[in-house]
Amino acid sequence: MHSLTAKILAKASGKEKVEVGETVIAKVDKVVIHDVTGPITLEVIEELKYQIREPEKLYVFLDHYSPSPSVPASNIHRKFRSFFSNYPQTKFFDIGEGICHQVMVEGNVLPGEVVVGADSHTTTYGALAAFSTGVGSTEAAYAILTGKLWFKVPEPLYVKLDGELPRYVCGKDVILRILGIIGQEGANYKSLEFLGSGLKSLSMSDRLTIANMSVEGGAKNAVFPLDDTLISYLEGFGQHIELGKLAYLRPPDGVNPDLVIDLSRLDPMVAKPHSPANVSPVGDVEGLRIDAAFIGSCTNGRYEDLLVAAEILKGRRVSRSVRLIITPASKKILNKMLETGIAKIFLDAGAVITPPSCGACFGGHLGVVGDEEVIISSSNRNFVGRMGSPKAKIYLASPATVAASAIEGRITDPRNYLR
Amino acid sequence: MGLRIVRGRVLKVGDNVDTDAIIPGKYLTLTDPRELGKHALEGLDPSMPSLLKDRQIIVAGRNFGCGSSREHAVLALLGAGVKAVLAESFARIFYRNAINRGLLAIEVPGVRNAVADGEEVIVNVEETTLITASGKTLGFKPIPKELLEIIEAGGLVESLKKGLTK
Ligand code: SF4
Repeated sequence: MHSLTAKILAKASGKEKVEVGETVIAKVDKVVIHDVTGPITLEVIEELKYQIREPEKLYVFLDHYSPSPSVPASNIHRKFRSFFSNYPQTKFFDIGEGICHQVMVEGNVLPGEVVVGADSHTTTYGALAAFSTGVGSTEAAYAILTGKLWFKVPEPLYVKLDGELPRYVCGKDVILRILGIIGQEGANYKSLEFLGSGLKSLSMSDRLTIANMSVEGGAKNAVFPLDDTLISYLEGFGQHIELGKLAYLRPPDGVNPDLVIDLSRLDPMVAKPHSPANVSPVGDVEGLRIDAAFIGSCTNGRYEDLLVAAEILKGRRVSRSVRLIITPASKKILNKMLETGIAKIFLDAGAVITPPSCGACFGGHLGVVGDEEVIISSSNRNFVGRMGSPKAKIYLASPATVAASAIEGRITDPRNYLR
Repeated sequence: MGLRIVRGRVLKVGDNVDTDAIIPGKYLTLTDPRELGKHALEGLDPSMPSLLKDRQIIVAGRNFGCGSSREHAVLALLGAGVKAVLAESFARIFYRNAINRGLLAIEVPGVRNAVADGEEVIVNVEETTLITASGKTLGFKPIPKELLEIIEAGGLVESLKKGLTK
């Protein structure tokens, strides 16, 4: 019995099979860099004076400073635009196109591929039955220049999901629950592999959130199997899967899970300061006063996330003492918000909508928190200083919980808003 | 080789020191190690950069370098003159980045309790031992030869230069 990760890495390294702990040199299908980690990658490439051999495999994003809030950031963008004007085949996404991890899963990553990114949340694409992991800027340069990278085949940590998610309990609550159990390094160097009948009730949006935050438990990667939900998701982006070739990515059976989660009994969860693994059911922190609320990021800035928030906010208003910032994760999502009218629901509720960007998630711009402020955020990290002032407190929760809390001005169980 | 024995005063930090604490997001438009070094560990405590001026070795608890993949974290430590990080354990990407940039990162079981803040220690990579000023000796697993070669070449780029010109 081999994990999906081991099977993908075996194919990518031209082997029949590989074992846990073995080091392989794998062919890398795609490399992602962005405007924070990418400048170091470019310095390395320039220093080596080496041509990029397969520029079409490189995905470049100006997403963290989108649009640029400062002169240094603008100068980074200038450099990127001029550098990559020499490589017209490179997939270049300028400001406003979206956050790298969202754009990559909008038809750019396929099941069975090996993708690395100079960003820790590259784990996101595992929801598409791919092997994807974060690397440093120098390693990204190495992968760009050589088309390969070494990996140690990680030990799998099997998570079995049973039952069905209740309404207003989301993928975010699943991964927060898992992080609460395994801790901040419970999956260090490992691969989180998901299975079980509960997968059926998880939308692609839920799975992307789960794979995204697996790195908060230290995981090298996370993988979901190739099932009907994934196949029809990819069809939505014009990608038709030849099941014959990819049958090895189908859900495994006969696996002994390390962890079992009953989705039907899950409560909305909140990660308290200052660790994504410092998790409680929302009931334990209900009533805590907040100053700001954020819905966005590569974790929870997808259309489904915004839709559930809009459902709760429809016809209501954000508390006077709270500012609610909504950041769609990509231009496609922003367009859909406008088409379906949920943008108007947010504006009527008193929220601020920003362009697609990393913005508030990493305390860059577009909603930075001040001293002593408390924010509830749908993003992925609540470390000291992550979203602005080191004196601020960050609570992480699902978009549903953030929306309900924004209305009340206090941390609130979104199930109170079930209509 | 210079790296085989490292000697210096220790700056001690706790568990789960994340890369946002090592170099806060607002400095990420910098890439020069010396500039980044002026803010090393500032996210943990604003007094850290000045403390680091006469400390060369960081001793940490579990999961040092977790969170964001930013290589700036390693550059900031190098820029601040840090020669080695000794920890109970490292987060995966930070560890790779350290090796790739030529920063000595060693898992030393028990280091957190054995070493005091400000104490002088000697790390002998060859003999895989850590000796403290108070006379304690700790062992650690040898660093794999391939990784040591990268560190000693001064990082992945330097060793890549050799590889590409082969
Ligand atoms: S949205 Fe946040 S976590 Fe995601 S890539 Fe941007 S800064 Fe990183």
